[in-house]
Amino acid sequence: MFMDVQGPSNALFGRLPMILDLHYNNPWIMFAFALVVIGGIGTVAALTYFKKWGWLWHDWLTTVDHKKIGIMYIIVGLIMLFRGFFEAAMIRTHQAMAVGPDSPGFLGAVHGYLTPFHISEIFTVHGTLMILLAVTPILVGFMNLIVPIQIGARDMAYPFLNAVGLWLTTAAAALCMISLFVGSFSHAGWVGLTPLTQLDHSPGVGVDYWIWLIQISSIGSTLGALNLIATILKMRAPGMSLMRMPIFSWTTLATNIIGLTSFPLLTVALFLLTLDRYIGTHFFTADGGGNFMMYTNLFWLWGHPEVYFVVLPAFGFLSEIIPTFSEKPLFNHTSMIAATMGIAGVSWLVWLHHFFIMGAGPEVNTFFSVATMLVGIPTGVKVFNWAFTMYKGRVRLETPMLWALGAVLLLIGGGMTGMMLAIPAINYVSHNSVFVVAHFHNMFLIIAFAIFGAVTYWWPKAFGFRLDERLGHIFFWLFWAGSVFVFVPMYALGFLGMTRRLDYIAHPSWWPLLALEVVGIALYIASVAAFVLQIYVSFRDRERNKVTTSDAWETSRSLEWAAHCPPSFYNFAATPIVHSNDEWAWRREHGVTSVVPEKYTSIHMPKNSMVPVVLGVLFIIFGFAGTWRIGWMFFGSIIAITAVLIFRMFQKDIDYNIPAEDVEAYEREKLKSVDRAAQDNVHQTGEMGDAGTDSPAHG
Amino acid sequence: MSIDQNKVSDTSDIQLYATEPDHHDSISLRSIGFWLYMMSDAMIFAGLFAAHGVYLNAYGTSDITAGDVIEPVTALLPTLILMLSVLLFGFASVALSREDKAGTLRWMGASLALGVFFLLDEAAEFARLALDGATPQASAFLSDFWTLIWVHGAHVFFGLIWMAALMIQIARDGFTEGSVGRFINLRIFWFFQALIWVCVYTFVYLMGVS
Repeated sequence: MFMDVQGPSNALFGRLPMILDLHYNNPWIMFAFALVVIGGIGTVAALTYFKKWGWLWHDWLTTVDHKKIGIMYIIVGLIMLFRGFFEAAMIRTHQAMAVGPDSPGFLGAVHGYLTPFHISEIFTVHGTLMILLAVTPILVGFMNLIVPIQIGARDMAYPFLNAVGLWLTTAAAALCMISLFVGSFSHAGWVGLTPLTQLDHSPGVGVDYWIWLIQISSIGSTLGALNLIATILKMRAPGMSLMRMPIFSWTTLATNIIGLTSFPLLTVALFLLTLDRYIGTHFFTADGGGNFMMYTNLFWLWGHPEVYFVVLPAFGFLSEIIPTFSEKPLFNHTSMIAATMGIAGVSWLVWLHHFFIMGAGPEVNTFFSVATMLVGIPTGVKVFNWAFTMYKGRVRLETPMLWALGAVLLLIGGGMTGMMLAIPAINYVSHNSVFVVAHFHNMFLIIAFAIFGAVTYWWPKAFGFRLDERLGHIFFWLFWAGSVFVFVPMYALGFLGMTRRLDYIAHPSWWPLLALEVVGIALYIASVAAFVLQIYVSFRDRERNKVTTSDAWETSRSLEWAAHCPPSFYNFAATPIVHSNDEWAWRREHGVTSVVPEKYTSIHMPKNSMVPVVLGVLFIIFGFAGTWRIGWMFFGSIIAITAVLIFRMFQKDIDYNIPAEDVEAYEREKLKSVDRAAQDNVHQTGEMGDAGTDSPAHG
Repeated sequence: MSIDQNKVSDTSDIQLYATEPDHHDSISLRSIGFWLYMMSDAMIFAGLFAAHGVYLNAYGTSDITAGDVIEPVTALLPTLILMLSVLLFGFASVALSREDKAGTLRWMGASLALGVFFLLDEAAEFARLALDGATPQASAFLSDFWTLIWVHGAHVFFGLIWMAALMIQIARDGFTEGSVGRFINLRIFWFFQALIWVCVYTFVYLMGVS
């Protein structure tokens, strides 16, 4: 019943004996391995030395607090982002070296320093993890961290499920790291082109790693999506009607509706591919009636909505940052909501533009071409709304605003090239060229810019101190310069006809542009250093950068700025009542910025649980056993997962009440770090003061 | 800026914070989450049914056609059994609303037994197909046929495990917020898989031979 596989395998260890035949002589992998081992040992040693294991276990690993889960999502995402960036640097430097027949080869490669198989693995893992394990977790992390506070909820609708989602994503990230050292990763591109991903063409375990880690992370995304939708629909504070909800929460809602409905299609596509690879069905094979394009259709039926899954939260960040630093309400809240939902709706009608060259005929291509261009309308509405928000506002160019403005500028470039690619006639010429690569990196850079803006913007909310402004500016400008140097030449190379995923460049005249891209990479590396330094310096000076009121920027507008910085673990001591679209701005205008409620009441909270971590470990085993075809371990892990879920079902002691007097005691402790006079008078320093005075300066 | 003129002169009557502890209906909160999960599950079947449309006549080099493997008359019995199981689960639900613990467990047990019968019947049916050479490896059509049926079968299987575990819980703890919430979600799930089977019977079995 199961497919015969190449190489050694047995019942006990599956295909694992294969790794004895692999030669670990690749210095890059050794380097990465050394890095991970040193990092791991360092972390373990530090935790032991400072006796922090209990802290890590009780306060973080077993937590169901949405804020901590959000922060952990973001940390996982940033680590993966760093790894993905490393791979990008390798691709760029390799391509700049492997130009022309006379170019030298190192480390076993004929040209450049990466063998063709290795570079294929690198661009595959770069795409897969950047989208699914870097950008998605970071965005989901922000939704977790901010949305419940922004809508005035205690926690997510299902705190336990939230932790499960985190640990599934982490399990997928762990599998991705394991694949670096044990076996190999897929070489078939992040989209997994069929029939290249079939067992006869990819006999190794790489594609299997790719399949299982995506399956595990998409279960996590589905659970997270339904949790956020339920939270937004059911947990809003009194007075917060849907139309009063801040735009970031709206984009979260739209994103997760997309996520909930599109991730299952990826699950189906990969599940059918799994059956092809494991039991020899004929869904996407060349023989037996299989159909490659069915895979491509199913994949992009998820893949394109996924694009909006990641871009809409980024638009949400911009919609929060721009009004704060323009000191004005967001222009036309209602049309922003309509545009968000419009993009979410159209996202379902455009998937075929990823493969216009399939040859579906003029009618089909025209439909998808027009549908794709329609996306420009709601997106244009958004851009104009941001522009009109800034118009006649008092724009303060603090770091988050710089990132936001950078993102809007990038959107013009990415949007225009997107419109070009939406025209099938152009698409036939530019398909699979680096022009497409430059376009979607341009779009993803919007997200990256919005993410770094959001990190700076919400950092004081999460940790109680501001990030260093000067290093933030340096980080921004280096990152901006890096983006220009990498992607403008890439657009040009696309026009010159360079195709994507090359391990050797036959055209020596392209070398200057490729070298320019390496300059961009150098700037990116410098920017990463600036970012790390920024976090270090800010942490060192955290007392000086401390935020003493709930409103770190003094002109912020939505409800999360009415909670402490950082918020108490139950968010608000008493549930806030909402009066306006921009509740915090409304309170500031009315001079009612006190964070002390008239009366404390008891609070009902979920208890920590170790079950999500255990599930995460079991899912790593599940994915590993699936990849290496270790039957007993695979089915054993399914049974164990089911058993753990049933165990959870019978757990009774899962929540507790904090009595009102304890809440009051916690709050009194918390209020010690709040400058009460400043807190109660935020309205006098904020944007609603005398128009003649300058806006408050931040250090 | 003249915002200050719009300022409410008396802010003392603005209520900023609720003075009562918040109350959430935990069962209805559970249900909405489960409905959302069902939505994503429905999308899985949407993908599989779309695939079914594509692979309808994808026989490759195999000479086994839909007419050889699809027998709507034979499949009628398991269909009726499954519908009956759903009906009995409905009776359990009626018993629950009367807070009749023994009745709930009795009807759930009957529903569970019919579900097991359905799975065994289906297994026997497909074992026969495999012996006749109509394996999922024979053609894309058969790959799709087996997959669609058995993804539904897996739903039934895990639904039965859930039902058994829930019966133990209700027997031990009675009707608690947790067990009633799970019961309602399982009811949604059990009706959902039956709805999927209706689609399978219509689109795969009835239309497969037309």
